[in-house]
Amino acid sequence: MSSSLFYGLLYAGGIVFFAGCIVRAVRYSRQPIHLRWEIYPVPHGRVGELKIMIPEILFLKGLWEFNRPMWCVSFPFHFGLYLLAATTALLGCAAVSPPALVAILRQLYTASGAMGALLALGGAMGLLVRRLAVRELRTYSSLGDYLNLLFFIATLILLLAGYWLRPSGDPGLLAILRGAATFDTSVRLPSVFAAGMAAGAILLAYIPMTHMAHFIAKYFTYHRVRWDEAANVPGGSIEKRMAEYLMYRPTWAAPHVGAEGRTWAEIATANPARGAAK
Amino acid sequence: MNPTIGLPDMSRPDREPLIHLENAGLMPLPPPLEDPAKDHAFAALSAQARERYECGLDDTCALSFPRPKSEGEENELVARFLSGLDKLFSRENNWTFLQPLLLTMEHCARCQTCSDACHVFEASGRNELYRPTFRSEIVRRLYFKYVRRGGLLSAWQHGEIDLNWPLVARLAELSYRCNLCRRCAQSCPIGADNGLVAHELRKLFSQEMGIAPKEIHDNGSMLQLKVGSSTGMNPEAVKDNIAFIDEDTSEKTGMEVKTPWDVEGADVLLIHNAGEILAWPENPGAFALLLNAAGISWTMSSELAAYDSINYGLWYDDAQFARVALKHAEAARKLKVKRIVLGECGHAHKALAVIADRILGADLNIPRQSSLTLLRDIVASGRIEFDPARNDFPVTLHDPCNVVRLMGVVEPQRAIVRALCPQFREMEPHGVDNYCCGGGSGFAIMSGHNFPDWRFHVSGRKKLEQVLRAFQDCLDPSIPKYLCAPCSNCKGQFRDILAYYGLWENHRILYGGLVELIVNAMTAVKPGFIEWEWR
Repeated sequence: MSSSLFYGLLYAGGIVFFAGCIVRAVRYSRQPIHLRWEIYPVPHGRVGELKIMIPEILFLKGLWEFNRPMWCVSFPFHFGLYLLAATTALLGCAAVSPPALVAILRQLYTASGAMGALLALGGAMGLLVRRLAVRELRTYSSLGDYLNLLFFIATLILLLAGYWLRPSGDPGLLAILRGAATFDTSVRLPSVFAAGMAAGAILLAYIPMTHMAHFIAKYFTYHRVRWDEAANVPGGSIEKRMAEYLMYRPTWAAPHVGAEGRTWAEIATANPARGAAK
Repeated sequence: MNPTIGLPDMSRPDREPLIHLENAGLMPLPPPLEDPAKDHAFAALSAQARERYECGLDDTCALSFPRPKSEGEENELVARFLSGLDKLFSRENNWTFLQPLLLTMEHCARCQTCSDACHVFEASGRNELYRPTFRSEIVRRLYFKYVRRGGLLSAWQHGEIDLNWPLVARLAELSYRCNLCRRCAQSCPIGADNGLVAHELRKLFSQEMGIAPKEIHDNGSMLQLKVGSSTGMNPEAVKDNIAFIDEDTSEKTGMEVKTPWDVEGADVLLIHNAGEILAWPENPGAFALLLNAAGISWTMSSELAAYDSINYGLWYDDAQFARVALKHAEAARKLKVKRIVLGECGHAHKALAVIADRILGADLNIPRQSSLTLLRDIVASGRIEFDPARNDFPVTLHDPCNVVRLMGVVEPQRAIVRALCPQFREMEPHGVDNYCCGGGSGFAIMSGHNFPDWRFHVSGRKKLEQVLRAFQDCLDPSIPKYLCAPCSNCKGQFRDILAYYGLWENHRILYGGLVELIVNAMTAVKPGFIEWEWR
């Protein structure tokens, strides 16, 4: 693979990932305001929400509480991915930092990268083993579920093996990043590690197209469903949106609904038991 | 022992039930019901019912949907199902729940965390058919295949499903094997909601195909919209009954009780579940006595549907739900009351106070309040003298799902029983982590064929276990025990299940509401408001 193609793939992976995430988030955010469907306890105030969100996001507290065996493999997997994301951020910092700081950052990103990849790999393998070994998981798994995990495992193995087994003198992470940033085709890419990065870019682009994008969904399931107890205040935005929705014309076919071109407002004020629905 | 069933079994063309339930395979119960051999046998569905209706799911039948007479009829029903499925995911048809439904469809990780939270699944002995994801996974696969029009790639990613009439018929029944308690949704790490899937399926069958249990639709929401109440009481009948209750309560308590009707400008419009008036008259009687004693300005309304807080549409049909909610709000607007207070009925709480909130605009948006908070305020006000010694018997508190997990009213009822019941003990778990009584989402009033047997053996089993554990130290029949259930639907379930297992007869476990405990402890009332008689 040529360096240009490789760099292009890295950029494309990142761009498709972010674009995919945005498309997904916009799609959910544009759905109509639903009827209230919250589940208690509902935290109040930003601090109250953060007290739940931080342990949930960082440590998967819900899974710890309700499904400990799954947490044992899911937590390292997710935390490993967080560390890999942190590694990327640290590399970015190192790329624009003075040399004195780069030395410290190098230690940090090397450690977080290795730890992250190992944790994510162990977690992904654990998830795969559980999905294969536990009947109740296996029964409901699709071929895609297994291949998703295999994709992660293969990518992480390539990255780890490629990094540790790269010939001495080959460029390190920072040099590759700088090469990518400047499209420097003179950087001699370590082949296995570069294959890992390419696989990672493809994986990144693939994630928003699957249920693995649940990190986006979780914002909505928590903030827009579970915790959404926003009241309908007279003259408020909810009331305005409701006025719009009540003018929709549904096409439900059961006679008692009496849709037949009527709006929701007309349907709701009709009485089918007194001959008014149809 | 049942062979383990899988998703493809739902499409099996034969009409044989996919599973059979045996007492020995169900979740064990604590003493005195620990021996499955001594449990009642599960009543069999009649051969006539099996012949006439679609009963190919399990040992019971909730819908009594007639079997199609020809393949053409079957195909037409499948086409109507698909049409309804499309509508569930369209803005114009289902703006009410589209966002949470999409999120649930597209993000389940199939981790099965929800399974351990489901009382139906656990009580059935972890029968695969009742796993919360079993139903959802079928709908999810149908969604990706027929709504998103996914091809081979989608089948690879999301799984395959064979759609035929037997699958649709079984799915319709399966949507009525979930209490909609949403305990599964509470435990989902992602926030997917299997309870919502069952709810939306019920809507599809009702709103598109006109399929719903008779008790909930014909004899429920339709009857309420026709005469004013699912009990069949018209305004004259309800006023007569309440007058009788007032008289009876006055005589029993030594305090004159009179229920005000249609008082314009009252502070409170009290709406009971009308089932209370017929089945548990001491409950509306106690409310009337207490509100009068506390000096509350209150009234009841004789407008159509406004004297019956039930709103069965909550469980199966958005149109019916909206119609009844509007009737309640319109009655309050007409009387110019300051707020609506909902009597002891869980689903009525959730329906009018929470779910209807966003469709009640402008002058229909009248404040709505739980009676539990009002009762707590009255007890805490110090205006009425209580003697907790009158309630010196073991009391446990059932948390109706609609009031606690789905509305967040947890402490007010506890403040009351802690103050007035010296032998109060909690069930475990309780509050927002409670278990459904097993009668939720309409099951308590569904009595066709052998359906009650299913709710006694399966959906009510976990709660029964909790009740028995709460009273484990005092099962002796010489000790009267009170299971406090501030919800009509839950009381209906407790009445039936306690009788079924002989727990009043042999162990003196009585059920009742919360306001009865309050009035029982009032020093101004003749002792013995709670009569310790089975009803």
